[in-house]
Amino acid sequence: MIGFVSYLVFFLTITAILAIAVLGLNLQWGNAGIFNGGVVAFFGTGAYIMIILGGPERGGEFGGFGLPWPLALAGGAAAAGLLAILVGLATTRLRHDYLAIATFGIAIAIEAFVRNATYLTGGAKGIRGFERPLEALIDNPFLYSLFFLALAVVLLIIVYAGLSRLVSSPYGRLLRAIREDETAARSLGKNPARVRLEAFVIGAVIMGLAGGLYATFYAFISPQDLAPILTFQIWAMLIVGGAGNNLGAMLGTFVVWGCWVASGYVLSSLAPQELQLYAGTLQYILIGLIIVVTLLIRPRGLLPERLQVTKRPGPQNTGVISNAGEQYQS
Amino acid sequence: MIQALFDGVLVGSILSLGAIGLTLVMHILRFANFSHAELLSVGAYCALTFDAVLSGIAPPLANLIGPFSMSAALALSTLAAAILTGFTAVLIDRLVFRRLRDTAGPLTMVFASFGVALIMRNLIALVFGLRTERFTDAISFATMVSSDPLLLIKPDQVAILLIAVAAMAALHLLLTRTTLGFALRAVAENPTLAQVNGIALPSMIRLTWIIGGGLAAIAGVLYGIDNQLSPVMGRDLVLSLFAAAIVGGLGSVTGAMLGGFIVGLASSFAILLLPAGYKPAIPFLVILATLYIRPNGLFGEAR
Repeated sequence: MIGFVSYLVFFLTITAILAIAVLGLNLQWGNAGIFNGGVVAFFGTGAYIMIILGGPERGGEFGGFGLPWPLALAGGAAAAGLLAILVGLATTRLRHDYLAIATFGIAIAIEAFVRNATYLTGGAKGIRGFERPLEALIDNPFLYSLFFLALAVVLLIIVYAGLSRLVSSPYGRLLRAIREDETAARSLGKNPARVRLEAFVIGAVIMGLAGGLYATFYAFISPQDLAPILTFQIWAMLIVGGAGNNLGAMLGTFVVWGCWVASGYVLSSLAPQELQLYAGTLQYILIGLIIVVTLLIRPRGLLPERLQVTKRPGPQNTGVISNAGEQYQS
Repeated sequence: MIQALFDGVLVGSILSLGAIGLTLVMHILRFANFSHAELLSVGAYCALTFDAVLSGIAPPLANLIGPFSMSAALALSTLAAAILTGFTAVLIDRLVFRRLRDTAGPLTMVFASFGVALIMRNLIALVFGLRTERFTDAISFATMVSSDPLLLIKPDQVAILLIAVAAMAALHLLLTRTTLGFALRAVAENPTLAQVNGIALPSMIRLTWIIGGGLAAIAGVLYGIDNQLSPVMGRDLVLSLFAAAIVGGLGSVTGAMLGGFIVGLASSFAILLLPAGYKPAIPFLVILATLYIRPNGLFGEAR
């Protein structure tokens, strides 16, 4: 029983951490319509920078500044934001699919970088060892895992509350206006390129935060954690949950991560020994199917975005608008 | 130095072939298709299967031709694979992309293409296994063309270059000298106007997929001859293909050809300067440089 409960705590902790990243993607894709094909690049940057800033000294290698954990976490998130500025400046003004390709590219570039820049990132073996916050005070491992779950959930709630406010503010309306019709937004004096860049950077900072939390939880980060599949998993979570809906994003995280873990468990206990190698292959097909089938069958997800209709204009205004429309048509 | 030049041109010719199909699809269907590189794997594995079957039925076909590690069986298999891959592309369009084209935006199709790529890549791994394969077990030796500067060339590599250039020339003739080619280019320029002039859009879309898939299959086989076949070859090539298409300018066939050579050369020369492990990042740097310096590529138009 205690085994099951402690596994549940572990599962929920990872879910909460991933949900933060999904919320970041929801700001970018769900609200601003920005395609991010390299979620893992920003997640990974946050993770590595956090562990380099806050970790203990490693013999001969760069890093180990031993900064207090909150500072290290913030530093990781900020570094993810800087990376987003670098990519965003080149792409947010261009065709949308350029951003998809460029962000996909940065994920591959970052993975190649951390795999090879051994003096900075520990290379393929990664960076191991990190004193987690308050770990010295709570010496019972189970109690500590409960504490960490609470920490992750609190951070998730903070991010959720912040994003909900942002999305329902005039700025959120501006984001959606640009997503729906960039030209119309520009005609109203807005600067779509700038606003898109801002949303892209804020989303990346949130992903960096999730990455930092992930590395803290495992006290370990390696290039394996930056495999492209994580990007696809996070997308699947958002698409299944419902892009544009923050509650949906969190629900989708729970559902898809649950499917992933359950399928891994079933495959590892049922598949014969010599086919265990292909368990991952089947799981990848599952994620691909989740993405494609959801887009085909239920494109707006489990909890679709609630359409926000502004109050009807008064009778006078209606008249003016319809007149203008007629004039345009004739 | 000369060796890097030759290697770059060789890889570039393969990338060019793959990028042409990608740029056509991106231009005519207006979405970045991340599953295009998987068509290279589909083509290569189709050819591998046909080759084994043909060699089994008619052993004389399996004799290697001259100094090359290619046989008549492989040549026939490649043609068959090109056709089959073209139709696979049409099938995928019908199952997934066509349905999304009518109801959703282009970025939704990009999302879907990632999902399609995951499914295709891992189905291939499931069917053919995760290990790498080769078309032939024969070891081909490189000829030393010159010793100082050192230049080693395999006969196969010359053949690859010739086949790639021939395929590109054939496509060029198709696009510039035939009515079909004119119709395709008209659709790429302005789909509505093309339809007014009696060009059937659905059949042009099918043709785009068939050409793109066919070229991808040939590129996949050539890549398999030069390296080896692996289920993840599409994943390894996808970014290079996009880089070639972006450098050339989306929609430009000439651009994609040149772009392929530029990306190939950049990757092979980069190894002279950087540790080999950084090689996967080179296409990204090429993309970033293009977007900063000349956002629409060499031959692309602003859209």
